[in-house]
Amino acid sequence: MGKVLMKGNEAIAQAAISAGCEGFFGYPITPQNEVPEYMSKYLAKSGGVFVQAESEIAAINMVYGAAAAGARVMTSSSSPGIALKQEGISYCAGAQLPIVIVSVSRGGPGLGSILPSQGDYNQATRGGGNGDYRVIVLAPNGVQEATDMVRHAFRLADTYRIPVMVMADGIIGQMMEPVEIDTTPIPKAANLWAATGKGNRDHLNVVNSMHLDSVELEDHNILLNNKYLEIVKNEVEYEKFLSDDADVLIVAYGTPSRIVKSAIKTLREEGIKAGLFRPKTLVPYPYDALHEASKNVKFVLCAELSMGQMLVDVKLAVNGIVPVHFYGRTGGIIFEPSEIVNAVKSHLGGK
Amino acid sequence: MKSIKLVCAGFGGQGVLSMGQMVALMAMKKGFNTSWMPSYGPEMRGGTANCQVVIDDAEIASPIIAEGITLLLAMNQMALTKFQPKLEKGAWLIVNEALVNTDEVPSDVHVLKVDFNKIASEIGNPKVQNMAALGSIAAQLDIFDKQDGIEIIEEKFGMKNPELTKLNQKAFEVAYDHH
Amino acid sequence: MTVIFKKTKGLTDKPLTYCPGCTHGIIHRLVAEVLEELNVLDRSILIASVGCSVMSYDFFNCDSIQAAHGRAPAVATGVKRVRPDSIVFTYQGDGDLASIGTGEIVQAAHRGENITVIFVNNAIYGMTGGQMAPTTLPGQITTTSPYGRDVKTQGEPIKVSELMATIPGTYYVERVMTADPVSVRKAKTAIKKAFQNQVDGKGFSMVEVLSSCNIGWGLNPVDSLKYIKEDMASYFPLGVYKDKGKI
Repeated sequence: MGKVLMKGNEAIAQAAISAGCEGFFGYPITPQNEVPEYMSKYLAKSGGVFVQAESEIAAINMVYGAAAAGARVMTSSSSPGIALKQEGISYCAGAQLPIVIVSVSRGGPGLGSILPSQGDYNQATRGGGNGDYRVIVLAPNGVQEATDMVRHAFRLADTYRIPVMVMADGIIGQMMEPVEIDTTPIPKAANLWAATGKGNRDHLNVVNSMHLDSVELEDHNILLNNKYLEIVKNEVEYEKFLSDDADVLIVAYGTPSRIVKSAIKTLREEGIKAGLFRPKTLVPYPYDALHEASKNVKFVLCAELSMGQMLVDVKLAVNGIVPVHFYGRTGGIIFEPSEIVNAVKSHLGGK
Repeated sequence: MKSIKLVCAGFGGQGVLSMGQMVALMAMKKGFNTSWMPSYGPEMRGGTANCQVVIDDAEIASPIIAEGITLLLAMNQMALTKFQPKLEKGAWLIVNEALVNTDEVPSDVHVLKVDFNKIASEIGNPKVQNMAALGSIAAQLDIFDKQDGIEIIEEKFGMKNPELTKLNQKAFEVAYDHH
Repeated sequence: MTVIFKKTKGLTDKPLTYCPGCTHGIIHRLVAEVLEELNVLDRSILIASVGCSVMSYDFFNCDSIQAAHGRAPAVATGVKRVRPDSIVFTYQGDGDLASIGTGEIVQAAHRGENITVIFVNNAIYGMTGGQMAPTTLPGQITTTSPYGRDVKTQGEPIKVSELMATIPGTYYVERVMTADPVSVRKAKTAIKKAFQNQVDGKGFSMVEVLSSCNIGWGLNPVDSLKYIKEDMASYFPLGVYKDKGKI
């Protein structure tokens, strides 16, 4: 199959179908509406189930149920909707269910706006659900990578029995780019733990997040954490662009990282050696790689469409060895390459 | 190549979004990298609409055209007012002559005036206006020739509505040749 | 020796954790017997809820999924849609179904999900210590209505069966009680019908069972059965509220 021109949201939905998604449960919210719309049109045709839930809360609980019954399922939403899903995500994490959540984020807090934003970095990486849990968070920088990451998300969810979030910004959701969606089948885990009806099994399967016994719950928390440590060891991903000889390292993720790239080209043309470090996994965050990459630079600039949320992780990674500065725009305003260029120059002190 | 930064803007319903998509589609078929980004807002008919198309032989750095528009299609006055400040020096501006006054356009911008309303009404269907605009854009961009447009229109409408396809192709050609 | 009564295969050997005098155990048994009699235990999936029956997954001898408070009908929807051959049922109390979960129960019914809902109404939040529920009777004393439920500020008890019957998507709705041997037998008939409907692919069936909470009510077990029969059943009349099979 050659490249086709597709809207990010539709490409995300098609990628999920190609990954063998068996059920989609969602609720309308801009700017992700093309995901459920596409699913309602095509998922049933490939043997899957589409349900428009009455709320994001219901949608994530349908996902919880369907995943608990052994199906490969996903939901999608945008910022305020993801907020509502947090309860269910916590339950899925607790019950170790392999699920995929697509978050096409927009401006906030509250109703905010429907324009692109990265103000949900904390929501995605720290979550709002209760308890000691993590979800894997992948952050694509365009339509092609969004489809690849959706497929990867299903793989990771199966491998680790963990919720995986693909955090796309509103730009990815709404823009069209040429994309080639991988259609290689993704083998599904056996899910021997699933509540499928006892059948001939000699034991009952119970999907549950409750452990009233303190020792049992601590063991469970340790198990979840060990799983996370394994993920940290194996699944960290990032991109470096012109960073090896850089004097200035700019850290950005998602579509804004592409704007940073064009700023870097301009800076290089002007003789300023700038480079990009782009986390592709926000959880697990590439702390070690970023620490390495910042060792020989004059300073690190974190650029986000927020007031500085990833900034905390950048500071944790750099750990004080060089100064960390910040440049951000919000409200749906996307910084221009010239703003990044100027920010870098101002921190270089006109040299 | 120098990256092409095209903005198409007009009233909702003038078909600027789908027309912009067709430019991106043509570019993709020619083997270029491209992106199409619509303005989006609360659903409302009849408001203003615009889309941004970037075409490059290298990786597209940013799908958002914040500055340095190289080609602007303005189907109404509001579109021109909104995007004129973002035109780069030496940019091309295509306007719908019937609806847009270009007196305020700086002299370092090349202006091409085409009466898309007239082309459409002569062909006998107001719906073909945007394909006439596509003709002007294709004529303006070196990477496309006339056949690219004829084919993309066939591909997009051929199966659904052969009658409209012919009219669309005619509108495309008239505008392309007008150049 | 002749066996004249034995425990149903529908229940595990785990001892129930309900308070002495509570009728949850009776309702568990009725549901379990029905699953056994309909020969669907091996393909049944229980959606457990939050409340006193939070650990019902330990007691029913079938696969189970524990749901968040009020969300059981949404979880059941997810299960039933991807496993249409399974027999999916929720077991929910009145705090769960009639308060925090009203959205989920109404919408699952509205979609006409082919599931069975066992709604245990004991007019109180038992698990958390006897707080007022939407179904708490006027004047009833609870830990959050210490002066008795004042309908002027706390509303009148919500009548769930009546409400659910108005939803076009529901197939079958009946209210029963567990106050004496006769009413228990009637309750079983209703529960059996609610499951048979699912087996037959008829659609959304709900049985509301008026149940006791002698501890939360501050009554002895005998008086609490009397309370079901005289107080609850007069506010919540028993009967079939909807049966599309009989139109």
